[in-house]
Amino acid sequence: MALDRWIALVLLSICLAYGYTAWFTMDSGLAPFMKRNPIWPSTFPKVLSVLGVIASCIILFGLEKSAEKTAEIDYRRLGDYHLGQALLLLALMVVYALCLRPVGFLLSTTGFLFLGGAILGERKWYILMPVAVCAALVVWYLVQQVLGIYMRPLPGFWGA
Amino acid sequence: MLEGLLIGLQTALSMQNLLMVIGGCLIGTFIGMLPGLGPMSIIAIMIPVAISMGDPSAALILLAGVYYGAIFGGSTSSILLNAPGVAGTVASSFDGYPMAKQGKAGKALTIAAVASFAGGTIGALLLMVFAPALSSVALLFHSAEYFALMVVGLSAIAAFAGTGQVAKAMLMTTLGLIMATVGEGALFNLPRFTMGIMDLQSGFGFITLAMAMFALPEALFLVLSPKTTQQGDGEAIKDLRITGTEARAIAPVIGRQSVQGFFIGVLPGAGATIASFLGYAVERNIAPKHEQEEFGKGSIKGLAAPETANNAACTGSFVPLLTLGIPGSGTTAILLGALIALNVTPGPRLMIDQPEVFWAVIMSMFIGNLVLLVLNLPLIPYIAKVLSVPRTYLIPFILFFTLMGAYIGQNNATELLLLVGFGVCATALRFADYPLAPLLIGFILGGMLEDNFSRSMQLFDGPSFIWERPITLGLLVLAVLLVVLPSYRARRARLRMRGVADGD
Repeated sequence: MALDRWIALVLLSICLAYGYTAWFTMDSGLAPFMKRNPIWPSTFPKVLSVLGVIASCIILFGLEKSAEKTAEIDYRRLGDYHLGQALLLLALMVVYALCLRPVGFLLSTTGFLFLGGAILGERKWYILMPVAVCAALVVWYLVQQVLGIYMRPLPGFWGA
Repeated sequence: MLEGLLIGLQTALSMQNLLMVIGGCLIGTFIGMLPGLGPMSIIAIMIPVAISMGDPSAALILLAGVYYGAIFGGSTSSILLNAPGVAGTVASSFDGYPMAKQGKAGKALTIAAVASFAGGTIGALLLMVFAPALSSVALLFHSAEYFALMVVGLSAIAAFAGTGQVAKAMLMTTLGLIMATVGEGALFNLPRFTMGIMDLQSGFGFITLAMAMFALPEALFLVLSPKTTQQGDGEAIKDLRITGTEARAIAPVIGRQSVQGFFIGVLPGAGATIASFLGYAVERNIAPKHEQEEFGKGSIKGLAAPETANNAACTGSFVPLLTLGIPGSGTTAILLGALIALNVTPGPRLMIDQPEVFWAVIMSMFIGNLVLLVLNLPLIPYIAKVLSVPRTYLIPFILFFTLMGAYIGQNNATELLLLVGFGVCATALRFADYPLAPLLIGFILGGMLEDNFSRSMQLFDGPSFIWERPITLGLLVLAVLLVVLPSYRARRARLRMRGVADGD
């Protein structure tokens, strides 16, 4: 089965779960006076769930024929691409998200830009390091001083 | 109208707003030139900056400037590298790249700039005429018509998605609408579909979603396949001049394509990409025989046509946004989200309630186009140096700005995890050739669609508004036709190919 139909299957199950909530469980907590309303909080979701199920079934069962075309990246040959780099970068983004508060903006950003470059194969540390440090400082200055949004620059235990 | 024009001129010509236009155009050109970063990602990255300024006119002027700049920058990379940064400028590379290979890169860039300028300016003139007329009609609309109009807009987006893509676009739109129902709605004061998670109480963040749908997959694609990031050879661009004969040859093309592009841009779901391809095709067909052979080998007409059309279409796409509050494209949907965050509700009342916003945007379009022509064109040889930035520096920075955009808006690190999660999903969807813009448009329109639907249900005490109001009924029938017709025609064409007789 092609990837687009697998995705349609996943989306179909999401729509079914959503529809189940809308049709069967959501209205139980509704206040009695609300039940006299022509519109309930679940009315619109009910319509949407039906639409979603229909559309995903059309794709799942291949009812709409489409011309075979090659996308920008052929997922069947994913191994030929730089998959490792992409996954490492995604992991780095998650680490950055987790570190931003406790470690502080300046250190985590410098680390992110430096390691990001290193993952992609940059080996000229003497250029990469100053660029990362300068960029972190400039962006911090712009966000904190110009836009006025507070971001903790350094780790909390350093008193910042 | 004259009064409005003067208000707009006064607002747009203030020092701050002039700087916004110039800055926006420069940033847009700069980033739009990088292959793989389209106007949607750039605007999404710029939104937190725009929102934190607090002044809606200035914010919209900045974002509109970024939009034009990005389209202009996209054509620069299509011409110089044959690597369009934006789908709307793919057609520009058909003739622009051959011209650059013949050593006429400077001339090609000038033609692109002049054509963009003319397309944008004529488009803005048409916008000035049509937007007020359309919004006076739109003032007669009730919530029932609004609901129907939004349904038409959403189905048009699905219908224009292309053969074999209608169901996918429809599914994506529905998914966007479903995501919009998560959280606490204004109408019911009741959290829905939050699964008890507190962070979902206020719904998904729109900036996070926009970043995850566009900026992150594009960056990941750049990582996965380095072939798409070609490097500029840093060759000097010279001879920006065009001759009088060339100017006379492209003038009628520019005139025709400005008007055609504008009206295509007004249609929901059509937009700059379709306008540029159609403009190219039309001009090739009506050109004289000996010029037709030039197309694809470096014809100046073949470059001027898509460049004019895509800029005129960008301007045209502002018509439904400013008059009806309904975005017709992913980019205008992001702009709509930014406007709502700034407490401005685009729609027919915008011209009456906040004329300075409405007219300042239109005026800034003229100024923005002028800035692109006067300021950016001479700077292009220097700006083009950005194309030789190595990807080892480029990609971490793109990712970092994506993260920052999502973080600044909400000041919440959970948002970053959501961003990465949605980004991975969006990349998978792009692998499988699902269009992502309908999802975002559905997400942004979802709240308004449900509000209008609920209001009409309450007014008419049931769904009877559908058949009691003729305009609503007509619009809804149109919406169904829009979705069904393309698949029906495709089926008939397939049957005919197989030699099976038609039923009629």
